Amino acid sequence: MSIYILCLVLFCIGLYCVLRKRNIIKIIIGLGIVEYAVNLFFVLIGYQRYGRAPILAKEQKILNMVDPLPQALVLTAIVIGLAVTVFMVAIAIRLYEKYGTFDITKIKRLKG
Amino acid sequence: MELYLLLLFMILAAIVAVEINDLLSSVIAVGAVGLGLCLTFLILKAPDLAITQLVVEILSLIILIRATIKKDLPLVRDGRWLFNTLSTLLFIGFFLIFAWFALKELPEFGRPIMRISKEYIEKGLQKTGATNLVSAIILDFRGYDTLGEATVLFTAVMGVLAVIRMIGRINGK
Repeated sequence: MSIYILCLVLFCIGLYCVLRKRNIIKIIIGLGIVEYAVNLFFVLIGYQRYGRAPILAKEQKILNMVDPLPQALVLTAIVIGLAVTVFMVAIAIRLYEKYGTFDITKIKRLKG
Repeated sequence: MELYLLLLFMILAAIVAVEINDLLSSVIAVGAVGLGLCLTFLILKAPDLAITQLVVEILSLIILIRATIKKDLPLVRDGRWLFNTLSTLLFIGFFLIFAWFALKELPEFGRPIMRISKEYIEKGLQKTGATNLVSAIILDFRGYDTLGEATVLFTAVMGVLAVIRMIGRINGK
C-alpha cells in the first residue's frame, strides 16, 4: 500500500508544479511528471508478486505472470504523451516568438 | 525494496525539477525522473514499456532542450503569492480526499485482479499466435485502440506542423 502512496506523492508534486508555477516550460514539465505518475500507477496495479514478464516461452507453464492488460494500455499512453508534449512545446516556442517571454502573467493580449 | 529506492529517487528528482530556477537544469532533472521510471518498469517486469519509455524520454528531452536553450529568464515573485499558494494547496487537498476514497478500494499490492487478463494469458497464444502477450493485446485484442492512437499521433503531428510553420509565406510575395 505504501508504494501507492509514494506514487501519489509524485502525482502531487506534478500537480503543484502545474498549478503554482508561472513559467510555461515549468508547466509542461509538471504535466510530464503527472503523466509519469499515472503510467507508473497503472503498471503497479498490474504487478504480481514474484511474477514474470508476460512473454510465453517453450516448455514453461503459465503461472504467476504479471497482468499484461495495463502494460498494453500504458504503452499507448506513453506514445500519446510524447505527442502531446511535442505539441505543447511547439505552442510554447510560438508564444516565445510572439511575446518574448515564457511568463504566463505577462502574456496578456490573449485576453481579447 | 529497490522499488522504494527508485521511487524515492524519482520523487527527489521531481522536487529538484520543480523547484530549481534554471530552466535547463529543470529539464535535465525531469529527464532523470523519466529514466528512473524506465528502470522501475524493468523491475516491475514490463520490458516493452521500459524500451518505449527510454526512447520517448530521450526524444522529449531533446525537444525540451531545444525549446529552453538560450531562453532563460529569471523567475520574479510578485504579489498574490499567498493567494496562489493557498489555492494550489486547496486543489491538492481536494485531490487527496478523493484519492483516499480510491485507495481504500484498491487491491493489495502484488495481487492484481486478473479477471480479463486471465483469458488473454490462457488463450492468447492459440488465438493470435504471438508469444509476447502485450503485443498480442495491443495489435489484436485491442486493435481499435491502437488505431485510435495512430489517429491521435497523426493529429498531433499535423498540429505541430501547423503551429511551427512560418506564417505569411503565401502573402509574403
